[in-house]
Amino acid sequence: MKVNNVSFSYDNKPVFEDYSLEIEEGITCLMGASGLGKTTLLKLLGGLLKPDEGTVDIGGRKVSFMFQEDRLLPWLSVRDNVLLVTDREKETDEMLCELGIDGNLRIDELSGGMARRVALARCLMFDSDLLLMDEPFKGMDSELIIRVAGFIRRQNKTAVISTHSLVEAKALDAEVITL
Amino acid sequence: MTSIRENKLLGKVISFAFWMLVWYLCALKVGKELILPSPFAVIDSLGRLIVTSRFWLATATTIFRIITGYMLGIVLAVLLAILTCCSSLADSLLSPLIRIVRATPVASFIILALLWMNRTAVPILMSMLMVIPVVWENIIAQYQATDRNLLEMAKAYQLSGWKKFRYIYVPSAFPGFLAGCVSAMGLAWKSGIAAEVLSQPLRAIGTDLYYAKIYLETPDLFAWTSVVIILSMCIEKIIRKVLFRGKSNEGK
Repeated sequence: MKVNNVSFSYDNKPVFEDYSLEIEEGITCLMGASGLGKTTLLKLLGGLLKPDEGTVDIGGRKVSFMFQEDRLLPWLSVRDNVLLVTDREKETDEMLCELGIDGNLRIDELSGGMARRVALARCLMFDSDLLLMDEPFKGMDSELIIRVAGFIRRQNKTAVISTHSLVEAKALDAEVITL
Repeated sequence: MTSIRENKLLGKVISFAFWMLVWYLCALKVGKELILPSPFAVIDSLGRLIVTSRFWLATATTIFRIITGYMLGIVLAVLLAILTCCSSLADSLLSPLIRIVRATPVASFIILALLWMNRTAVPILMSMLMVIPVVWENIIAQYQATDRNLLEMAKAYQLSGWKKFRYIYVPSAFPGFLAGCVSAMGLAWKSGIAAEVLSQPLRAIGTDLYYAKIYLETPDLFAWTSVVIILSMCIEKIIRKVLFRGKSNEGK
């Protein structure tokens, strides 16, 4: 995947100017202080933002995006939130079980960490080749992160993950790109 | 919990008794039943009315007319709101029209409707016309306030138009719809009764209100008015219970 000479600004405040980057297959972690553009870069890769100049080439991959906020539908159950993006009911139940969440719970019954896991399940269950994940592992332990990394590799997917934590990057055994 | 409820009830009883006393003292001061009858005269008049079949027929027919207009208004408001949200052309055409309907005095509509249609249908049409803008505006306001983050999520996961409508827009607009339905009920009553007064259909509270006025039966006028108030409050309470039942069950 290539980011070629991209410029992007929010209300004339430049975030990227003539920025280029190449991302290999596998799991890549984007690291850097807050405000350096990790979320913006993920959104550019996912096509949610368009660069002012330059091009973003993700090789026609289908994208699954995990936002920094959980963005779950509060009027649906945990299970229905995941099934909103996939028809694979059995695998959804298995995934939720793997992540330790009761699919019948309502969203307002979840703790912050549990809601994050639901958002993670939704991202992983969406039929895609490329996972773009914005700080996905808040409140999760290393063991779970290693299991998620294993799942991503078994599914032969590429993942770009923004994180502040070197521990997370190590647990994922990921290539690190520092912004 | 019980004592809070008891205190609330006691507060309501005291408030009611206070205003009854004020009314009674005012009636005593005026001293003319024709201008201001006392609460006892009104209760007496109400007692005479409720034992007649005419009272029950008028009440039932008025309730039927107003509820019919109200339901039709809600259905039309929902359909128009969906059209407005789906098409900018429909929005351009409908938005000014509905705002004009909202701003037009109900009396103008009643007089026009009397020229065009059967007098029996006028209260139904008026109730419907007053309900449409309120419910429509509430739905549109909530639709426009739909969480942008959820819409971005829908875009990222390539949700179909139907899924976005069913799982994001409808639940987002639903609280506005419920609030609109509740506040529209009062308007449906006021406009429906006003239409009955002016169109005087056979068997209607509004018609009896009008006759009480022309025959200077002021206690009857007050009695019918109190019937309208009680019915409006009861029906609003029922509607609130029915519409918000699902919501309170969700919380349990």
